Amino acid sequence: MSVLVSGMRPMRIIVCIKQVPKAQELQVDPVTQTLKRVGVPSEINPPDANALEIALTLKDRHAAEVVVLSMGPTSFDESLERAIAMGADRSVLLTDRILGGSDTVPTAYALSETIQKIGGYDLILTGEETTDASTGHVGPGIAGHLALPQITYVSEVQIVDGTVRARRTAEDGTEWWQTKMPSLCTVNFGCNKPRSPTLTGKIRVKRGGVIAHWSCADVGIDPKKVGLFNSPTIVAKVDTIRLPPRAGRMFSGDARESVRALLDALIRDRVIVP
Amino acid sequence: MERFDAIVVGAGPAGSSAALTLARKGFSTLLVERGRSPGVKGMFGGRIYSWALHDLLPDWAKDCPVERFVVRENLAFLTEDASLAISYDSPKLGQGRASSFTALRAKFDAWLAKKAQEAGAMLVTGIRVDDLWREDGRVRGVLVAPKDRVGADLVVIAEGATSILTRAAGLKRDLEPREVSVGVKETIELPVETIQERFGLGEKEGAAFVFAGQASLGLRGGGFLYTNQSSISLGLVVSSEDLSRKKIEIQEVQNRFRLHPAVQRWIRGGKVVEYSAHLVPELGAGMMPRLWGEGVLVAGDAAGFLINNGYTFRGVDLAIASGVAAAEAAEAARAAGGMSAANLAGYEKFLRARNVLTDLERFRRAPLYMKNERLFDVYPRLLMEIAERLYTVDGSGKPRLADIILEEATSADVPKLKMLLDLLQGARSM
Ligand SMILES: Cc1cc2nc3c(=O)[nH]c(=O)nc-3n(C[C@H](O)[C@H](O)[C@H](O)COP(=O)(O)OP(=O)(O)OC[C@H]3O[C@@H](n4cnc5c(N)ncnc54)[C@H](O)[C@@H]3O)c2cc1C
Ligand SMILES: Cc1cc2nc3c(=O)[nH]c(=O)nc-3n(C[C@H](O)[C@H](O)[C@H](O)COP(=O)(O)OP(=O)(O)OC[C@H]3O[C@@H](n4cnc5c(N)ncnc54)[C@H](O)[C@@H]3O)c2cc1C
Repeated sequence: MSVLVSGMRPMRIIVCIKQVPKAQELQVDPVTQTLKRVGVPSEINPPDANALEIALTLKDRHAAEVVVLSMGPTSFDESLERAIAMGADRSVLLTDRILGGSDTVPTAYALSETIQKIGGYDLILTGEETTDASTGHVGPGIAGHLALPQITYVSEVQIVDGTVRARRTAEDGTEWWQTKMPSLCTVNFGCNKPRSPTLTGKIRVKRGGVIAHWSCADVGIDPKKVGLFNSPTIVAKVDTIRLPPRAGRMFSGDARESVRALLDALIRDRVIVP
Repeated sequence: MERFDAIVVGAGPAGSSAALTLARKGFSTLLVERGRSPGVKGMFGGRIYSWALHDLLPDWAKDCPVERFVVRENLAFLTEDASLAISYDSPKLGQGRASSFTALRAKFDAWLAKKAQEAGAMLVTGIRVDDLWREDGRVRGVLVAPKDRVGADLVVIAEGATSILTRAAGLKRDLEPREVSVGVKETIELPVETIQERFGLGEKEGAAFVFAGQASLGLRGGGFLYTNQSSISLGLVVSSEDLSRKKIEIQEVQNRFRLHPAVQRWIRGGKVVEYSAHLVPELGAGMMPRLWGEGVLVAGDAAGFLINNGYTFRGVDLAIASGVAAAEAAEAARAAGGMSAANLAGYEKFLRARNVLTDLERFRRAPLYMKNERLFDVYPRLLMEIAERLYTVDGSGKPRLADIILEEATSADVPKLKMLLDLLQGARSM
């Protein structure tokens, strides 16, 4: 069944994704104490991949159009291409030097301006938070700028009679919420298994023309509201936790004796029970 | 739905050569590879006979990732602790079309796939084709998932020895143990200087070894060693029928092979950085699958194009030549009105023109000859005993060479007539 909204066009879902360093590869630069971002393998911020999966499931059911949006350097194309290969219809990368150093306030502002420029949206999905900065501000920030109803920490979305129904994870269980469209949901990490890229999707990427690069001027973003100097967050201090060295002990010599000595030690330290 | 004139499954040497040639001939071509990049799923290293590359890319030597050009060929017979080797050096080795070189497949396959892309083929990696899309008795494209299908007039199957799609298409029946061997290969790192000093090689020069006899613990098969720039490819190909009959794991055979003094001396001090195992088709031309069908062609290992006659091991060159022949057959079929089986039957002619079938047929007896276990067990031992008596001087008086040979041959547990027949059969098949 295809849901037709605002007259005759199919529902439009915009998914906001950020490219982040792969979780297993996260490294803190010992000198600058900041996250290393160059030369580290990247991925789609995992909760954003879950949000994309929800959008693609809705597309399967309702023939919706899925537009993926990201703000960042052109290296983010890699993640946008993956999103297209997974089944998204098109993507927009907001990319501009003057955005550099933006914290969550300018990011939410710039993304909401870009969403307005895309226009015609019925549902906006973001991740609950990112794995590299983890503020969880951006989704609600966009909803604020666009004055949209929002449902946070969502693990399932249904479209019923032109309204959004979403299951929200609360501390003591789950809640079902319902709201009109357009609206925004932030999606729980790990609530589904994002699909693999398809051959058809990869061919579309190779044929090109699936990513639109927009600058701030293209969108009409006010340069005085973005970038490092317009970001109220101040990183006062970052501490790295140093793990205490492990107390290693070698048991060597005759195999039988050293295994016995090892077992005795483990029993003594109550690691194992005889 | 996406559509192409031709889809090639597998970016090994056969697939990339087919895609490159199809693209040149104006076919819109999709090349699909399941590995993250071409070559990562293949065996790491080996020796490539260059003649087929000369035809495909006349100036291949400019940027082909060659490790070393082979300038010395060695054949060694092994018993438990001794070896008898023949070594062939000649300036003719490593020249022009007759040259062969060692290569690392991850680099070589990636290079060849890039050439196919430069010719206009579209390469998509990280996708495994699950099945052929068949309808009304003909192949119409490929399937990755129920909803993920891509259409084409022609599908070239170049999936390698596992030949899952080839069998699914009904072009080949299931493999029997006697029709496949198991290959293992390890890559052993050594400094460039050590390799050059140890093997007596110049900068770009390489050596190739074939080991017979106890290398495979007397099972049908043999060992090989190739020098790369700063590593050695060491491996074995052994009949899977023999392995299962004798209940020996191929790893066990490789462990013993590696420890043989005649092997140890070359790899001493090296570090094993990669280990892989793979099937080797041992079909011979007599048992080849049907090579074409309605809208489909089979090339390379999937078609059983491999020659393993005991002293040369050829797969990559035949894969390249068969990929080119497949594209030529497609061009002829297009001119004849479409990719029907009848129009694609010209494939055989093109395979012959490129010497793929001709060479396979000439060596067809080799796999059968190789089925003779005496070649791997009794005769190497016999040779070794002769060598031992020839070269052991202990003052006890020495008979003449002819007498030694006769004496040893009669004492071996094979009747003379049989031995003569084996010899004749061997000479004919090689
Ligand atoms: C303490 C701290 C210090 C920081 N320092 C710096 C700094 O010095 N320089 C710097 O450049 N950045 C810095 N950042 C990072 C930057 O502020 C944030 O990464 C960015 O504003 C997005 O916020 P977030 O990653 O917390 O997203 P969250 O609010 O956690 O993300 C929620 C969701 O919003 C969407 N989203 C977030 N970002 C994007 C995006 N770019 N494109 C599309 N969708 C998006 C995704 O759907 C995501 O799942 C810092 C962040 C913090 C918390
Ligand atoms: C131990 C060993 C040593 C060898 N040494 C030599 C040697 O020294 N010299 C020599 O000439 N030959 C050698 N060979 C033989 C040689 O490796 C093969 O003949 C040659 O690789 C055949 O090329 P191909 O393109 O037909 O198949 P392959 O090289 O096997 O390539 C097939 C490709 O298809 C891909 N593929 C498979 N199925 C699918 C699918 N469903 N969807 C998408 N992609 C798929 C695979 O990932 C692979 O990249 C050796 C073989 C073995 C096992």
